[in-house]
Amino acid sequence: MVLTDQIVIQLINGIVGGMILALVASGLTLIFGIMDVVNFAHGELFMLGAYVGTTVMVTTGNFWMALIVAFVVIGVLGAALQVTTLRPLLGRDPLYTILATFGISLVLQNWAFWHYGPVARKIPEPFTAHFALFHLQYPWYRIAIAALSAAMIGGLWLFMKYGKYGIWIRATTQDRVMASAMGIPVPLVHTVVFAIGAGMAAASGVLFGPLVGVNHAMGFDWTLKAFVVVVVGGMGNLAGSIMASIFISLLEAFASLWVSPAQAVIVSFVALILTLLFRPTGLFVPTPK
Amino acid sequence: MSAATPVASPARAASAALPSRRLGVYWTGFAIVVLLLAAAPLVLPEFWRRFTTEILIWGLLAMSSDILIGYTGMVSFGHSAFFGLGMYGAAAALLTVRPPNLWLAMLYGLAGAAVVAIFVAFFATRLRDIYFSITTLVFSQIFYVIIFTWTDVTGGENGLTFRQPRLGVPGLWEAPFTPETLHWFVLAVVAASYLVLRRITQSPFGMVLQAIRENEARTRAIGYHVERYKIVAVMLSGLFAGLAGVLYAIQNKFAAPDFVLFIISGEVVIFNVMGGMGTLVGPVAGAAFFLLLREAFSRFWTEFYLIPVGVIFTLMVIFLPQGLLGFARRALNR
Repeated sequence: MVLTDQIVIQLINGIVGGMILALVASGLTLIFGIMDVVNFAHGELFMLGAYVGTTVMVTTGNFWMALIVAFVVIGVLGAALQVTTLRPLLGRDPLYTILATFGISLVLQNWAFWHYGPVARKIPEPFTAHFALFHLQYPWYRIAIAALSAAMIGGLWLFMKYGKYGIWIRATTQDRVMASAMGIPVPLVHTVVFAIGAGMAAASGVLFGPLVGVNHAMGFDWTLKAFVVVVVGGMGNLAGSIMASIFISLLEAFASLWVSPAQAVIVSFVALILTLLFRPTGLFVPTPK
Repeated sequence: MSAATPVASPARAASAALPSRRLGVYWTGFAIVVLLLAAAPLVLPEFWRRFTTEILIWGLLAMSSDILIGYTGMVSFGHSAFFGLGMYGAAAALLTVRPPNLWLAMLYGLAGAAVVAIFVAFFATRLRDIYFSITTLVFSQIFYVIIFTWTDVTGGENGLTFRQPRLGVPGLWEAPFTPETLHWFVLAVVAASYLVLRRITQSPFGMVLQAIRENEARTRAIGYHVERYKIVAVMLSGLFAGLAGVLYAIQNKFAAPDFVLFIISGEVVIFNVMGGMGTLVGPVAGAAFFLLLREAFSRFWTEFYLIPVGVIFTLMVIFLPQGLLGFARRALNR
């Protein structure tokens, strides 16, 4: 027996989860769209971002500081990874980038395990106010996450649409050679885009930290979820990824009313497979002519 | 996914002139390696004997995925599903049938892997490149979640333990496995599988698979039903992966959900890349190399051995994409 209040709660949970997922996935889809790199280490960057967040929280106690520092630190790390491992692979089959980023993800995950240990850490919530939602005291922080994620994605969209460098990025996505001929420093654009994607993953890690806690193995789940979303939304399509994030997240939230959350994941996998079979270009993109 | 090998080359012409001599070298090499592996349990201490048996089993798993990665150009990130279902299939036979029968375990294991393979083949082969990889990964996660949560049947997180079957022919002769006979049994299965897989890759069917790898659109244009070939390739690959799972279950007397987890699939891809894709022998060498690295590094780094191994793997992807045995690729496929 499912009640209306449960449906409403899961609706809100789904949207909140979906907004964090959208932030992770938009970084992944940005990276894929511009350089055909399927970043297997994206979840690991998310996880490391959350860890950087915990460290900054312990030293300064300021959540917003943690958010910014994590974005910058992981962004720099992403740039370094791109220059050292992905730049040499430019022009090779995209599958080699999966292999290389898979190697990176192994290293990062085990490094985190080694450095931070097996015990999960928690980032304290920046504010602890609640509001009444049926029988629950729903934390305002969760609503704030959704709003913050939306703001960050909105900022990215504005930057891509109107910023000079955003236009460079879009030009490089459309035609690498032509962009290069027009004087755009394409290798630099690639590095910066990877850094932005990594930074966004890190920021979502910090936002997510207070909800469940941070551990070294959390990255893979997010990589997989972000893959599902990016494929369902249409590879390289920002708006599609955001809609798909919310869609998938809602599906899982509602499915977990009936089955355990571990099994609810299967629902999103099935959604992915159905999408690939019947609409391989993505659910939320206009029908290609 | 690999670089195209040019066809009519001087080496190919020379090999046509001297086929028997080159084949003689090849078969001599094969016989020496098999003899060395057969002699291994007699001279090696207990730990390394077990280690060699494990290399062979992982090698078979890696070889099975080479059919897809190296020969058809489809990188499967879901081989753990076939391997795991092989394990659980064997477990089903060994737990339900009394007395435990080795051949029945194999049959059940292969059937389990085949069911998964049909499922994966039907859906995943419609997709290419990264989409194929992601779909296989997702399928293996689906099976992982099912096995992990269906505690009544699969034992959930704890998995299943069972007794080792006896080696023998029903009605004629039987004996319990000793470490030596287990090693020889595994060696026999792996060597036979290698010969079968080698024959398949050299058959007209295998040539079509390699044509798909080199240029799928052209293969289709010539008139081959590409999807059908891919489905058979995935089925074959899944069956041999399931066989490896059965062997592993028999060696270790348990089946656990950890072996369905994507980590195993990732390791299989690592074996292939390290050893050399598209050589069949390379993945076995890659498995040996990886397991030795793991052994060496875990002496100092304990469970963090994946840090140095991951670094080595990433460096190999960048600087040695053809793998350890890539230089011998042509000779091994002759």
